[in-house]
Amino acid sequence: MTPDLGTTYLGLALRSPVVASPSPMTGDLDTLRRLDAAGVGAVVLPSLFEEQLVHDQLAIDEMLETGAGTSPEAGGYFPELDDYNTGSDRYLRLLESACTALEVPVVASLNAVTAGSWVHYAHLLQNAGASALELNLYYLSADPDRTAADVESAYLDLIALVASAVDIPVAVKLGPYVTALANLAGRIEAAGAGGLVLFNRFYQPDLDLEDLDVRPRMVLSTPDDLRLPLRWIAILRPQLRCSLAATSGVHGPEDVLRVLLAGADVAMMASALLRRGPSHVAEVLTGVERWMADHEYESVEQLKGSVSHAAVADPTAYERSLYLQTILSYTGRS
Amino acid sequence: MPGVQVEEGRGAGAAPDHPPVGAMVCVDGNEAAARVAYALSEVIAIYPITPASTMGELADEWRSHGRLNTWGALPQVIEMQSEAGAAGALHGAGMRGALVTTFTASQGLLLMLPNMFKVAGELTPAVIHVAARSVATHALSIFGDHSDVMAARTTGWAMLAASSVQEAHDFALVAHAASLESRVPFLHFFDGFRTSHEVDKIALLDDADLHALVEDRWIEAHRGRGLDPDRPTLRGSAQNPDVFFQAREAANPWHDAVPGIVQGAMDRLAARCGRRYSLVEYHGAPDAERVVVAMGSGLGAVEETVEALTAAGERVGLVKVRLFRPFPAEELVRALPSTVRRVAVLDRTKEPGAVGEPLYTDVVTAIAEQGGDRTAPRVVGGRYGLSSKEFTPAMVKAVLDQLEAPSPRNHFTVGIVDDVSHTSLPVDPLFRVESPGAVGAVFFGLGSDGTVGSTKSTVKIIGQETELYAQGYFVYDSKKSGSVTVSHLRFGPRPIRSTYLVDGADFVACHQWGLLDRLEVLDRARPGATFLLNSPYPPDEVWNRLPVEVQEEVLARELDVWVIDGARVARDAGLAGRINSVMQPCFFALSGVLPREQAIGAIKHAVEATYRRRGETVVQRNLAAVDAALAHLHRVHYPRKVTAGRHRRPVVPDDAPDFVQRVTAAMLAGRGDLLPVSALPVGGSFPVGTARYERRQIATELPIWDPDLCIDCGKCTIVCPHAAIRMKVYEPSALDTAPEGFPSKDFRSRDLPGHRLTIQVAPDDCTGCGVCVDVCPARSKELVKHKALDLLPAEEHRDGERDRWGVFLGIPELDRALLPHDSVKGSQVLEPLFEFSGACAGCGETPYLKLITQLFGDRMLVANATGCSSIFGGNLPTTPWSANADGRGPAWANSLFEDNAEFGLGMRLALDQQQDTARRLLTRLAPTVGDDLVAAIVDADQSSEAAIVAQRARVGELTARLDALAGMAAPSGGGEPSDLARRLLGLVESLIRRTVWIVGGDGWAYDIGSGGLDHALASGRDLNILVLDTEVYSNTGGQASKSTPRGAVAKFATAGKSTAKKDLGMIAMSYGDVYVAQVAVGANDVQTVKALLEAEAWPGPSLVIAYSTCIAHGIDMATSMSHQKDAAKSGYWPLYRFHPGIEEHEHPFRLDSHEPTIPVRDFAMAEGRFSALVRSEPQRAAHLFALAQSDADERWRLYRQLAGVERTLAEPPGSAGSGTLTTKDDDGDA
Repeated sequence: MTPDLGTTYLGLALRSPVVASPSPMTGDLDTLRRLDAAGVGAVVLPSLFEEQLVHDQLAIDEMLETGAGTSPEAGGYFPELDDYNTGSDRYLRLLESACTALEVPVVASLNAVTAGSWVHYAHLLQNAGASALELNLYYLSADPDRTAADVESAYLDLIALVASAVDIPVAVKLGPYVTALANLAGRIEAAGAGGLVLFNRFYQPDLDLEDLDVRPRMVLSTPDDLRLPLRWIAILRPQLRCSLAATSGVHGPEDVLRVLLAGADVAMMASALLRRGPSHVAEVLTGVERWMADHEYESVEQLKGSVSHAAVADPTAYERSLYLQTILSYTGRS
Repeated sequence: MPGVQVEEGRGAGAAPDHPPVGAMVCVDGNEAAARVAYALSEVIAIYPITPASTMGELADEWRSHGRLNTWGALPQVIEMQSEAGAAGALHGAGMRGALVTTFTASQGLLLMLPNMFKVAGELTPAVIHVAARSVATHALSIFGDHSDVMAARTTGWAMLAASSVQEAHDFALVAHAASLESRVPFLHFFDGFRTSHEVDKIALLDDADLHALVEDRWIEAHRGRGLDPDRPTLRGSAQNPDVFFQAREAANPWHDAVPGIVQGAMDRLAARCGRRYSLVEYHGAPDAERVVVAMGSGLGAVEETVEALTAAGERVGLVKVRLFRPFPAEELVRALPSTVRRVAVLDRTKEPGAVGEPLYTDVVTAIAEQGGDRTAPRVVGGRYGLSSKEFTPAMVKAVLDQLEAPSPRNHFTVGIVDDVSHTSLPVDPLFRVESPGAVGAVFFGLGSDGTVGSTKSTVKIIGQETELYAQGYFVYDSKKSGSVTVSHLRFGPRPIRSTYLVDGADFVACHQWGLLDRLEVLDRARPGATFLLNSPYPPDEVWNRLPVEVQEEVLARELDVWVIDGARVARDAGLAGRINSVMQPCFFALSGVLPREQAIGAIKHAVEATYRRRGETVVQRNLAAVDAALAHLHRVHYPRKVTAGRHRRPVVPDDAPDFVQRVTAAMLAGRGDLLPVSALPVGGSFPVGTARYERRQIATELPIWDPDLCIDCGKCTIVCPHAAIRMKVYEPSALDTAPEGFPSKDFRSRDLPGHRLTIQVAPDDCTGCGVCVDVCPARSKELVKHKALDLLPAEEHRDGERDRWGVFLGIPELDRALLPHDSVKGSQVLEPLFEFSGACAGCGETPYLKLITQLFGDRMLVANATGCSSIFGGNLPTTPWSANADGRGPAWANSLFEDNAEFGLGMRLALDQQQDTARRLLTRLAPTVGDDLVAAIVDADQSSEAAIVAQRARVGELTARLDALAGMAAPSGGGEPSDLARRLLGLVESLIRRTVWIVGGDGWAYDIGSGGLDHALASGRDLNILVLDTEVYSNTGGQASKSTPRGAVAKFATAGKSTAKKDLGMIAMSYGDVYVAQVAVGANDVQTVKALLEAEAWPGPSLVIAYSTCIAHGIDMATSMSHQKDAAKSGYWPLYRFHPGIEEHEHPFRLDSHEPTIPVRDFAMAEGRFSALVRSEPQRAAHLFALAQSDADERWRLYRQLAGVERTLAEPPGSAGSGTLTTKDDDGDA
């Protein structure tokens, strides 16, 4: 019997547990179509970054204004184009096209600046047809006067505000650098989030040794990165009723199976798809299917969470990771 | 069907809404004409030239936006390589039967003349719309007069003169309609700037109007005459004496019909729109005795004056000439009241040597021929308004007054003081004409602060939100960085005919505090006027901050003074530097032209229309500025006396040369109109090196040097666009008299031990562009943001740096022979002889010019093509090309846009000829002046700095001996030593090596001058050609050239250029004997220095193509050198040198770039010219970028292969039998 790969995420019935997470691939309609064809359960579009939108608009404005009105020979130095596609329009058009073109749910991702703009854009995304909304809480607290409690409180207020403002389900994507994640996760759920996406991989800056300049650098994940979300999904699964998505380090069918077993509802992939292309989804799903068949699992629903914190014999393993043993085994190999 | 009426205004100050059909809109003359031209054309050939460029730009934009002509078709719009090309394309398309048009001005029209004769001779309908502009004579001028169109008056084209923006719109239609009906091509013209750039409220024509005037049967007939193989004909035959004459006369009936056809079109226009025009119109007293005849925008001033004088009972009148060719002689004479005794004909052109200017001679002839029995009035002629010289009612009054003289002066001038030929009429400066209800306002601002944009917006708001008429006109200074703008606004209940600047303003706004010290801001204010000042000081402090002169003006005129810290309000709203959205509400609030709430609403509407395409954030920030403005506007209560403790600083320093004090200073102060004829040099020759006296102080931040960190690399000075940061190396003793603390450091050099080095900024000349700081590689080990050069606030450092600059100037220049010049450092210790130009801050062209003056400046001639480099290089008041302490420096001249290579080649030919003659004379004089000296001079090696110095000494000795010889007894006949000596003395300097540099931009080299450039390259002569490649026509506003890369957005390539850039270097290399280099100083400065040295040393033609960053690239110009780096790194701009080989097995092509390490896209996406297309049309951009990458890949492969190619030159340039001057020595008399 062919195992049923269907799963439920944010209340949406998905045909498979592999979701394409935000990356340049999900920003292109053709690639989205190919991902759909390869069997993804859903797609999450790249984040609509308000700061980027503002930057782009100001850059266009600067380009058009530079030199304009300064010379009798030139009113300006660029022609007026029909549309510069600044602002959210371009994103909304992609979203609309994706919703029309794809068979699977399309999740929009958002990172805004002020509370008002979070709600404003959330409405726009909902109206453009998004099946769900992923709030990308990309915030680096570098202000020494701001406490962890302040930051958490701001997160919760924002989640409550957006969740109450839209009718579609809202997922929250968090970074791993939270002191009391188990507690915060519960409060996020209580604030109205329909799911948690664990974890955001921040673009970390790098230093150029020649120019002594700080440069952004994107590093793709490796399968080793999986263990952080794996642990936390296993820990959080028993305490939360909301959906859980694992992201960071999901590369092959084994990784998908691991996070599902730990309690995730979906496994999100980006780096592996960037490396291997959309068709990789089909290979992964085939692998998952084969393993499930081999191990006589009927459905994804059946295996989800079966090896979570609450379901394993020794839950402390998720908490301490047998630190000493790991170090010793590593040393012993060398 | 879309028609001409549905487009809204463009750019900053766009109309708030789509105007309804038949609506009143505010547009400038160019747009007024272009709307009709576009709607009535099928093929539009375009080429940029000021002030007509906008018409072509609009045509290109409209086409790219899919706008259809009045028959529902998308016209073909093609940019040509020159106006000659545009005329050729127009000719061909017209001959095939298409409806054709083009736009041009000045020398551009002259380039069309050959085709114009043909088109008229063949009776092919066509229309050229001309924004009439001065033809370059002793100098170029971009401004308006009729010298260009008058040069076309013999072509056989009908000529129709519009005198206002409304007429430019209406007459465009009349011209197209009449041309189709008559088959005679039409030149429709209006005055450059005064009409082409004046924004006015006009009534738009709609499609029905167009169709009412243009009948389909004429179009069908035109198409029917078009070339087609189904009904073959032959045109353009060569005719012989037997028939040419008769055939030429055969067309007479068609030309004879034109006046009637034009009047018919005008009548149909009147029937539809109510605006009635005639070929010739009379206005004024029915019993006038004195009448002015004129055409063009000057009619406005004449009509106002005539009305005012007639109302006062004077018997004066005006004859407006609308159709100039065919000249409506009968109508003109008929228009003159029978009472007329005296007629003054005003021409806006000068025709030296003629019996009179064209309109004058036509009027005289017409009256003589048509006068019949009536007593002919006395007719005199005069010139006015050349190059947009102001033409005011006071001048009109002066003309009418002199008609009352017993013997009126003929061939007069008005508007200038001619103290040489005494042609000028005296003008009463106090005479003004009042327009009831009209209000005038003047706004002083900087080009960068948005003042022009906000005034255009204000014109449109008044014009479209009220019943009032409104007019805007804009005056700019000649600088591209820190340029000053003065916006003149009028509004009132009647159509505005005042075609001159606002004088007696009811409202004066100074948008920049610093201008109070530079300009007479208040001399246009009428008593009791409102004065709005953008001030960093609060209302209770501002009065005491004003200079004495401004306080005196305020008190004398009892002005109502208001202040706002507009910069702060703008900054708080997130609008750094642009204060338009702050100052505009203040104008409306203080002027009361609209109820305040309505005005604010209209401004906001305009803000949204202007900025919505750029994005919501831009709109919101401007709206926030509008909302915040009025709360910060305060009235200033000032005492009734002068309390200031400071005066304005003098315009130029007291030690400036006499010419600068007398002439340059007047121009700098905005008083150039007052200079008499005698003050100006004849022939256009001006002294060099006067930019240093201007001291513009436009930088807000200055680079400040830390000698402890400096590594002597010279990168800061080599990239400085303005020669405002300099390096000097000197003996320590040079600082003996310097004040303590004058910064210096040990100079790191094995060649020059024990010397000191100083890097110094010229604080009053620096633009603060930041390029020097950006490239400075020397950072503090402890604090990485601190470099050997830091940009620091100018206000805190200017005084100290000014003192240091004074000391620095006193340090002697290093002996040029002490260091080799083939390195960055070695070149940068040399004195630049191109300094403080008005180029854009961060200009990418000027560093190359400065560098060639450092390397060769004291012995170079420069032929400079028209373009940015001729404008920042030669636009008065000041001159950046300068001279060294010995008085030597580049001798610079600009001829035209199209002929620069030929112009420079001519200089080379003259030099070669003079040198040859001098050598011949010298040889003959050798027994007298000394064989050894002559041999030393003739055989001198002049390939190094030291050798040239030695040759100068020898020539000095020769000159002394020749002087003595020439002073001997008078010669008895030719060939005597004293006679030969006198002849040689005039040529002796040619014995010292001269170098010719032919300089221009890509518009010249790739397009309009391409044929001449090719010929110069083929000449074999010792020429150095420097192409400052910005990849667009920069000076006219960024139109695409054949150098524009694929995928870049530019004007005339609104949809992104679809074809690849021309490889000019490869074309030049094909000759084999041309030295060719492609350089980018920001990518490899050493390679640039070496290439320039090699080019100059090569005895044949050399071509250096220099990548020049430009504001038209859409980049932050402070980082322009890093863009150059990426251009090279991506393979977009490979660096190479092709040094023709004269030995066997040589590899002349040297690829100086490394293999590309980044994709072209990475380079391109950092530039607005490319990234704008990605935003606008992502799919097209992706396609073009893929092709652009292929272009770069293919070019790299080709160049890499070329680097391995052996090539030998059969004969080096300069040898006997080659293209250069032969050295064959015959003994013929020179």
